[in-house]
Amino acid sequence: MQLNRNYTTVWIVLSIALGVVFFFSLRLGAILIGTEEIFSSVSNYFSSDALTLNERIFLNIRLPRAITCLEVGASLAMAGVLMQALFRNPIVEPGLVGTSSGAAFGASLYFVLGATFQFNAGVWTLPLAASVGGALATVVVFLLSHRKGGTQSIISLLLTGIAVNALCLSGVGMMSYLARDPQARSITFWNLGTLSGASWNSVLLIGASTLICFFVSLRLVKSLNALAMGEEEALYLGVNMNRLKISVLTVTVILVAVATAFVGVISFIGLIVPHLLRLIKGSDNRYLLIGSVLLGALLLSLADLAARLLLAPAELPIGIVTSAVGVPVFILLLRRNRHYF
Amino acid sequence: MLKLENISSSIGSKKLLDQISVSFFPGKINLIVGPNGSGKSTLIKVMSKQISFDGNIFYEDVNLRNISWRDLSKFRAVLSQHTDVAFPLKVWEVVMMGRYPHFTTSPGKPDEQAVREAMHYFEVHSLADRNYSTLSGGEKQRVNFARVLAQIWFSIPGRCRYLFLDEPLTFLDVNFQYQFMKKLQLLEQKNDLVIVGVVHDLNLASKFGDSILLLNEGRVTSFGKPVEVLTAENIERSFKIKPFIFQHEGAMIISF
Repeated sequence: MQLNRNYTTVWIVLSIALGVVFFFSLRLGAILIGTEEIFSSVSNYFSSDALTLNERIFLNIRLPRAITCLEVGASLAMAGVLMQALFRNPIVEPGLVGTSSGAAFGASLYFVLGATFQFNAGVWTLPLAASVGGALATVVVFLLSHRKGGTQSIISLLLTGIAVNALCLSGVGMMSYLARDPQARSITFWNLGTLSGASWNSVLLIGASTLICFFVSLRLVKSLNALAMGEEEALYLGVNMNRLKISVLTVTVILVAVATAFVGVISFIGLIVPHLLRLIKGSDNRYLLIGSVLLGALLLSLADLAARLLLAPAELPIGIVTSAVGVPVFILLLRRNRHYF
Repeated sequence: MLKLENISSSIGSKKLLDQISVSFFPGKINLIVGPNGSGKSTLIKVMSKQISFDGNIFYEDVNLRNISWRDLSKFRAVLSQHTDVAFPLKVWEVVMMGRYPHFTTSPGKPDEQAVREAMHYFEVHSLADRNYSTLSGGEKQRVNFARVLAQIWFSIPGRCRYLFLDEPLTFLDVNFQYQFMKKLQLLEQKNDLVIVGVVHDLNLASKFGDSILLLNEGRVTSFGKPVEVLTAENIERSFKIKPFIFQHEGAMIISF
């Protein structure tokens, strides 16, 4: 009787695949960048040689974009794992419970009214506005759908999610109606999701949030596993439920809101990644969390490649790509998991 | 020993438990019986610090109010009516959850030992790699019993372990019910294990219970040996139905 699962193969395969996709996401795009240019740009950056155009494109655009993409993919997938575990349901994802749209609303408020209210916290302003919006929307959904006795009905959760999403999106609509042209374009891009705005700033900020949230979440996985049996059983196993709920919601909101702040609304990564991981090897949350970092980064990089290449040299918003893939998966999941309703 | 002193608990204005004082000793099967709404499950929840109460509960000489959730879960385990998992987990993964209070990141040797032994004890080791949600109701409950017992598998020197059962037999057939109670009788012989269970079936209670607590409307009607507690008079007063009690080869048979 084997009392552990060996995940080594999964880690190796995912890491290799991630490496390959990352390499291609560095090279391919509107402008093809050669492997030798990748190396020369790095060495030229540190020596004082002048950089060629391609080398500058690589260093200032391609590289930060590829890294941001990894981080965002990991963030959204982790958030999906955490939320599914908390709500005890495999069809929950941050986009469905208001986090993303709330963040979008917060950000569009800042885009349009930020200058008016002289609200400014440097590079943190946008992530902060998005985080506050995302947090508020999530908490509202969570509270409104909470039944007495601690059970979370998935139907009321999803319906409340729809309502709050609609409210936030009409708020975004209102803001883009009020906005002047450049602001309106920022808002539109936001709702569709795009990595074209990635910079070294976004790499640092999303990187920090991803890293911190990952290590915090690692401490929550055991309690989340116990929660798979229900709140009562988790309590009997010594889990402090209130603390767990608050921690998970906080971490999720930070993950989603910070990522959304830079790249806009990207749906369904948080839904597809945990589902695929469960198909590969089980439902242990530690495995899902670590796996979601790798697979989330991998899938979003693939989606970004598709977004860059399908209409090259123009580019598709990445949210359109993930939705096109995610919606069929979501419907499939709904049909398979009838007993959750 | 588990000692309850003047335990009261209410939801809103409704009193669920009213001034209950009783002591449960190790090496015995203590069973709580009573009509619906008499406070049986509430008492289990109060004893396991799940809902608030007035009065005092002592685990040996330590007041429950001074025991943290986490510490409590190291020596007190609760088996509930039926448990379903939200995600496809393997049987051994479910049993391993019983060990969660005892390790921080990954299970150690004693945890694996406890899981193995508990699974053998309840004859679910052959199901170890099965998906828990595909099991039958009886199999699931055996797995849960293994999980709950794995939680308090090892004796703690100088202290008792506590096993609470909250109507664990409700969805099981007769065969499973008896198998289950027989396992419980074997466990009873461990003299550091305090067993307190809620059951519905009065015949099962009279056959396997060493002491019976009869609750009615949140109060103790009677507490003692089955023959003393499960009298025609007590049963009629609590359950509002007249029983017929027969003696058959030294066993008590209650019929209505």
